[in-house]
Amino acid sequence: MSTATAGRERGTATRVVVAGYGPAAHRFIERLGELGFGGSITVLGEEPRPAYDRVALTSYLGGKTAEDLTYPVPEGVTVRLGDPVVAIDREARRVRTASGHAEPYDVLVLATGSRPFVPPVPGRDLPGCHVYRTIDDLDAIRERAGHVTSGVVVGGGLLGLEAADALRGLGLATHVVEVADRLMPRQVDEGGGAVLRRHIEALGLSVHTGVAVERIEAGPDGAVARVVLSGGQVIETGLVVFSAGVRPRDELAREAGLPVGERGGIVVDEGMRTADPAIYAIGECALAGGTVHGLVGPCLTMAEVAADRICGGIAAFTGADTSTKLKLLGVDVASFGDITGEGTLDVTYLDPVGGVYHRLFVSDDARTLLGGICVGDATAYQTLRPLVGRELPGSPTELLFGGTAGVAVDLPDDAQVCSCNNVTAGRIRAAIAGEGCTDIAAIKGCTRAGTACGSCVPMLKRLLEQSGVRQSKAMCEHFAYSRAELFDIVRVRGINSFSRLIAEYGTGRGCDICKPAVASILASLGNGHILDGEQAALQDTNDHFLANIQRNGTYSVVPRIPGGEITPEKLIVIGEVARDFGLYTKITGAQRIDLLGARVEQLPRIWKRLVDAGFESGHAYGKAVRTVKSCVGSTWCRYGVQDSVGMAIALELRYRGLRAPHKIKAAVSGCARECAEARGKDFGVIATERGWNLYVGGNGGFRPRHADLLASDLSDEELVRTIDRFLMYYIRTADRLQRTSDWLENLEGGLDRLREVIIEDSLGICAELDAQMERHVAGYVDEWRATLEDPEKLRRFVSFINAPDTPDPSISFEIERDQIKPVMIPLEAVR
Amino acid sequence: MTLSHLEASGLVTLPTPQATTRIAAAVRGRARTWTPVCAYTDLLPERGACALVDGHQIAIFRTFDGALYAIGNRDPFSGAHVLSRGIVGTRNGEPTVASPMYKQVFSLVTGVCLDDPDVSVPVYAIRLNDNVVEVGR
Repeated sequence: MSTATAGRERGTATRVVVAGYGPAAHRFIERLGELGFGGSITVLGEEPRPAYDRVALTSYLGGKTAEDLTYPVPEGVTVRLGDPVVAIDREARRVRTASGHAEPYDVLVLATGSRPFVPPVPGRDLPGCHVYRTIDDLDAIRERAGHVTSGVVVGGGLLGLEAADALRGLGLATHVVEVADRLMPRQVDEGGGAVLRRHIEALGLSVHTGVAVERIEAGPDGAVARVVLSGGQVIETGLVVFSAGVRPRDELAREAGLPVGERGGIVVDEGMRTADPAIYAIGECALAGGTVHGLVGPCLTMAEVAADRICGGIAAFTGADTSTKLKLLGVDVASFGDITGEGTLDVTYLDPVGGVYHRLFVSDDARTLLGGICVGDATAYQTLRPLVGRELPGSPTELLFGGTAGVAVDLPDDAQVCSCNNVTAGRIRAAIAGEGCTDIAAIKGCTRAGTACGSCVPMLKRLLEQSGVRQSKAMCEHFAYSRAELFDIVRVRGINSFSRLIAEYGTGRGCDICKPAVASILASLGNGHILDGEQAALQDTNDHFLANIQRNGTYSVVPRIPGGEITPEKLIVIGEVARDFGLYTKITGAQRIDLLGARVEQLPRIWKRLVDAGFESGHAYGKAVRTVKSCVGSTWCRYGVQDSVGMAIALELRYRGLRAPHKIKAAVSGCARECAEARGKDFGVIATERGWNLYVGGNGGFRPRHADLLASDLSDEELVRTIDRFLMYYIRTADRLQRTSDWLENLEGGLDRLREVIIEDSLGICAELDAQMERHVAGYVDEWRATLEDPEKLRRFVSFINAPDTPDPSISFEIERDQIKPVMIPLEAVR
Repeated sequence: MTLSHLEASGLVTLPTPQATTRIAAAVRGRARTWTPVCAYTDLLPERGACALVDGHQIAIFRTFDGALYAIGNRDPFSGAHVLSRGIVGTRNGEPTVASPMYKQVFSLVTGVCLDDPDVSVPVYAIRLNDNVVEVGR
């Protein structure tokens, strides 16, 4: 297809009405906005929520929320949710909704999508039978899964395997039933299907191919109890998910007298227009070029074409790339180009031990790539897919056996790099050269490439490199290394001082960027008290005074209160200290007590009282582990299923004082109600009836992010070991001031990669990470206690070196709500 | 006057306490009284401290090579008297301190904010007299 815009005139302002609010509709209205469409836009949706990312639907069961997946409604668009269009009056140019609302249109766009196909087997309407299509479907499946132990997925295609993955994730013994003789019959051939099957069976799923479901039978409660297959086999199960393909929802168009295909789908021309010039159809309900498309890429392209046409453009949809690359149940599956293999040569590579199957289809002179299939390892996909229809960069055998790493691929400008958003290599090169994009984030913002499935991100990186854009890793002018590289240098070379590091690997004498970073690295590797010797000079003011500087130059004092649990005696001590030193007190958001307004020279005396009462530093000042928040858990709460307070205390004490590239917060919730808000934390633990679920990479603050589920149903020991490794791997490899959320998002391979490294030990470093954490735990000393015991360190806690007992006269307070508040220092006008 | 001007004039060889004194003299160009504030060994290398001189807060620094510098303690961006608590370092070889409040970097030699050259803090004379650090005003 092409989205040529030549000759476009600004479309006349009209009333555009969209029936259906899925991803295609969303893209359509978004595109209208980008094209400067001046008319009104009304969207009428059936579901109770705006469009969401259906490709990522399964992640909803993994812990993502509906909000995470939902696309923002563009400004200026009127949306009616939960009220689908039920009739079109073409004469009057008006649609009517289920609630009776009438909406006039000048242009109507049908984006009604498709419905899951449910084969007409007896029992298909029993309670316990579901489809896999919407967030509501997933809620229903999750609810049902809580009452049963096994599930059957009818359909072994793309979506079927995704549904199977979801059921497995819900802890069910899972069966997949596929009528064809192999899994994913539309994407892979027999050989690929066999390899895929082995992968999936190795995960404990039962695969039944070449059989159909004959009937579904109910138990005494009237719900699904078993599935009977055509061969006579019986599977005892309480849950059936139909995922046997989709059918276009074209009934509105049919009833309005618009032509539809023999097997369904609203007939449209290459401008996405139906037989009625005022009505367009896009997405899975449309029959374009004789095909109904079920992949997101073509559907989004249709949306863009329709928007362009409505704005007076001449874009055309002339077929679509049906390439797919997926990681299903941890198995790479990819297919691209023409894999029918008619009148072509093909080369096959099969490694049954490694579980890898590759097959390339080439022209009969073996020079032009026509298509390919990859199962088990799809790294070649990125390089090969854009080359479909072009000359091969090497012999097929070389490509299959030697991989693509050594192949210098210079993509032609018109090669499509991002098939989800139809972005070509040329567009990306233009963004790099002409629009100053120098990193992946900028390219994403500029071109949308890489923003949908993300599989093209490695190719974007390569294009950046090929364009000569070098990403500087230099931390600052003093070090040409990234934090992770410096960490390795310090660790491997056994360097224990900043002076030696900068003399051997840097220039100048450091700055406020590199000094605290190196201080953190030295502290993470256990180099004694952070105020010992030269290390004292590296610390920023918070670490230097073991307290947080506040806006008038006073400091806050935050004693550790592990898990938020505190005795009345200790509460009283905090109250007395605050009263005696005239401090402002506030309960923090992290279940501790902030004491504010302390002058430098007061800090040792305040801490002496606190330490004597059994408190220790809460590290509120450090880029370090801060708190592990908790709810009251099973001890007190009638819903709690585990002792969240006990676990939170254990974790907070284990990781106290651990220094990191950024502060680290954590929480433990005693049940799925999540009162501790664990998913907003760097690591969050949520109790299940079978153990603990561990989430990582969450973030409150400026750019909030919900944590991702890393592992489920862990025992106490497994939980602690996994967190140990997660923290140490992060500390080792993150950039300066990079939070776990950014780190995880930038980690190549993402969550899967993290699992490989810290659970499967793919790099063989787990023993080292474990040992490093053990050293930290064993070497922990309370920083404030150690400081109070060292007169040399205490000498620094003065406002004036020549008047140690004089308080800073520039600090003053007034009273607000019965407590002190700083009197702000006026800034000079000259500034 | 900036550091490069001074260097070009051949007036100074940086950085020594004596040179700093001359720079401060060049910058301020008037007679002064010297106030002893602490022993040289009271100052941590590459760290600041604050001295109270006639009611003025003066941030004094001892850099890696042993040189001494003195600037106003008040951070013009926040109004708080905190510059002595910042991180000492270099920028293009020039000794600096970063405000602990909003991290702007100031030259210890000229007092000019290197991130916003329209802003500067006063520079004071400082010298070593035997083992005693003295600040001049």
